[in-house]
Amino acid sequence: MHKQDPRQGLHLLVIGVVMLILLVPLLATFLYSISTSWGATILPDALSLKWYVQLWSDPRFLMAFGRSVFLCMVSIIVSLLVIVPLAFMMEYRYRQWQKIMDLVILLPFAMPPIVATAGLLQIYAGSPVMGTPWILVGCYFTIVLPFMYRSLVNNLRALNLHDLMDASSLLGASSFQGFMQVVLPNIRKGIASAWFIAFSLLFGEFVFANMLVGTRFETLQIYLFNMRQTSGHFTSAIVISYFVFILLFTMLANRFNKT
Amino acid sequence: MMPAKPSRAHLWLFVPFVLMLGAFCLAPTYWVLVNSFMADDGGFTLGNYKKILSSKFYLIAIENSFWLSLYSSFLGLLIGLLATSSLRFVQGKVRQWVIAFVNMSNNFAGVPLAFAFIIILGTNGAITLLLNKMGFLNGFDLYTRAGLTVVYTYFQIPLAILLLYPAFDALKDDWEEASRLLGASTFDYWRKVVLPILFPSLLGTFVLLLANALGAYATAFALTASNVNLIPIRIGALVAGDISLNPNLAAALSIVLVVQLVMVTIINQWLMRRRRYA
Repeated sequence: MHKQDPRQGLHLLVIGVVMLILLVPLLATFLYSISTSWGATILPDALSLKWYVQLWSDPRFLMAFGRSVFLCMVSIIVSLLVIVPLAFMMEYRYRQWQKIMDLVILLPFAMPPIVATAGLLQIYAGSPVMGTPWILVGCYFTIVLPFMYRSLVNNLRALNLHDLMDASSLLGASSFQGFMQVVLPNIRKGIASAWFIAFSLLFGEFVFANMLVGTRFETLQIYLFNMRQTSGHFTSAIVISYFVFILLFTMLANRFNKT
Repeated sequence: MMPAKPSRAHLWLFVPFVLMLGAFCLAPTYWVLVNSFMADDGGFTLGNYKKILSSKFYLIAIENSFWLSLYSSFLGLLIGLLATSSLRFVQGKVRQWVIAFVNMSNNFAGVPLAFAFIIILGTNGAITLLLNKMGFLNGFDLYTRAGLTVVYTYFQIPLAILLLYPAFDALKDDWEEASRLLGASTFDYWRKVVLPILFPSLLGTFVLLLANALGAYATAFALTASNVNLIPIRIGALVAGDISLNPNLAAALSIVLVVQLVMVTIINQWLMRRRRYA
């Protein structure tokens, strides 16, 4: 690392400017959300928390918030149930195929959600899952797959998987017991980190939710979109509340990633 | 105890994965591909593609998507590169703080981002008013391609920084001193050492940014409803619009989009290979 760089000030300035660019929309939204009114002027008229009070006492918002949390939880649990055993088997038995798997999990990346919905809307048009949150659970699985899989494989690779399994088998455990009682507790950090990454990805998902389900199961993003005709101060309060929540989750994800 | 004979019983663990991937990724892909060649009566046709390539409306959508993605990816990459190269020279504390902040703003996209930009750069936005008072911004309109370029660039910057940050580890600090000793200027050092070494990462990042912008739907949709003419917006209108439902045309348009993504990836691969044997 450079200890005494004469251009330290210049570097700080560059970073400061870029961070400022990133900060401005957030800061403005925050200011907007705590101002009573902000007409055709550069600064708001007066400050108050009334938009937050109004938002957090709106049952429709609270319901939407609850639905989003519920949908994310169910999607993450289903994804973990599918991906954890998969990542384990790939590392334990089929490591030589890992390169191919790396490509397979990227398949959803080549399909932007808007393209996938074009197909999904037609394929599941008559089925009972269409228009319900359950179809989103499947779509969200494809969103989190690459992130969750890589995070778990990295964690599994850091363990000495074969030694762990051999040791547990010497002590009389079956492969299943070895996986459940030895491997699983050892990758709980990877699981936690995958969990938080998935949450921050899914909590903000709009395209699948809007195209496949819409108002029939109003999630937070759909609610936000539907409120676009109401006061900009009110929608700003939603954006900031949403963002604080995301901030919390990225911070937790980082904490679990560090160790 | 003998180690258990390798059995095939554990293969059922792959079944849920294959089913999920099949039902929600492979099946829609297959449907889109097949239906893009399907006429309304179910027969084979190239008509959907002909319609797109002979319609000024759809050609403009393709053009708009192309330039919007190209400009926003280039600007995002440039600003990201600037920030990342400076990031290596500041204290570890500052660096950690910046990365945490960038990580967070990377999640600021789609509908919330569109709303934030309406507040600052919309017709009555605070910054619009400020800049207008100062005499800048002659007729800038957030709800046009130029306006969208600003918003798209904004969400490309954090992604560019997060993708480029690890790449800079490939640069050894003493290389700069070494090139200095050999009489190189800062410009020479960047042109002859930094850029060639970072070239693959820059190209790879650029490709991901392009893909990110080409497929983006939520931000443009929330900002302009369906008024801006972009490929994803057109696909959305054709599969879920009120007036012009035409899933087969949407499928063909989707293939046009995916082909662009594939082409960008292939060009990237080709450039990398060419460099290696140069």
